[in-house]
Amino acid sequence: MKAKEIKKGMHDGIPIALGYISVSFTFGLMAVSAGMTWWQAVIISMANVTSAGQFAGLDIMIASGGMIEMALTQFIINLRYALMSISLSQKLDKSFTLLSRLATGFGVTDEIFAVSVSRNKSVSKYYMAGLIAVPYVGWAAGTAAGAILGGILPDMVKDALGIAIYGMFLAIIIPQARDDSRCLKVILIAVVLSCCFKWVPVINKLSSGFVIIICAVIASAIGAFLYPVDDEECEESDGGEM
Amino acid sequence: MSVGKFFTYLAVMAGVTYLIRAIPLALCRGKVKNVFIKSFLAYVPYAVLGAMTFPAIIYSTDGIASGIAGTITGLILAYRRKSLLLVAVASCAAAFAVEIIQYLIPLL
Repeated sequence: MKAKEIKKGMHDGIPIALGYISVSFTFGLMAVSAGMTWWQAVIISMANVTSAGQFAGLDIMIASGGMIEMALTQFIINLRYALMSISLSQKLDKSFTLLSRLATGFGVTDEIFAVSVSRNKSVSKYYMAGLIAVPYVGWAAGTAAGAILGGILPDMVKDALGIAIYGMFLAIIIPQARDDSRCLKVILIAVVLSCCFKWVPVINKLSSGFVIIICAVIASAIGAFLYPVDDEECEESDGGEM
Repeated sequence: MSVGKFFTYLAVMAGVTYLIRAIPLALCRGKVKNVFIKSFLAYVPYAVLGAMTFPAIIYSTDGIASGIAGTITGLILAYRRKSLLLVAVASCAAAFAVEIIQYLIPLL
């Protein structure tokens, strides 16, 4: 049971890891071209495991920004993880102790979160361990590869890799939107809001971390108000029965 | 940058990021009963990913044309329930193909 759960988690983590390699490769490449050593790039990836936060943090380091600026930027960009952690806390089964919750906290990324909550049952700590471990290795290895080998890749290949992470997001949300019109509407509200924050003057000055939080909170609240999910169909969860 | 300063930045960055993720997981025990909050939390993942993906996906490559090509490819394959990896790789390949075409056209 335990080994099977770890194996299942690792299996589900493989596509995430492969997606991560392309993104962390880009991070490693950028860090080194900005003057970091390859091991510094890898340590940043291993300690943070967050895409947007790391790219922003790298900019601050290079610009010799203040520590408070660093803390605030990370807080805003990564605050969405708090929302995800609350949501994920509803899916954890009884195998979770305080220690395993604290350990899982280290690995709550957009994709690991999305895969674990879209599972149609509660998740065990063994499943989460497997699901986090494989993408973590991919994230670190991709950073190292990008830092060391990035210089030899043609620009066109590097540019095309930027879309990989979004392709993964599509693969998570589109099938769900196809099956459940309530989820589709919530996604559409979030997308329309997010486009407004990109293209409407004045509000397009907001940082992307804030924008994601605002869009997600408004869209989810409208969804919860108009289409309450009592049967948890959207989440395809089997509820409290464990 | 000195090694000491690097590690100070690293500690601030990683510390803030970790606490944001771990505190809610450590504190939120038990199932939420309130239907509104339950529904809200069920919608959060899709709303977050939707807001993160659009419109950023269009600008994620070197040009709008390759971004749109990758987006359409990804949408079609995701609608057909293809795997995360296939959708991601095919989006990159479509974007790359458009970049190649754009590179070659002026040379003709």
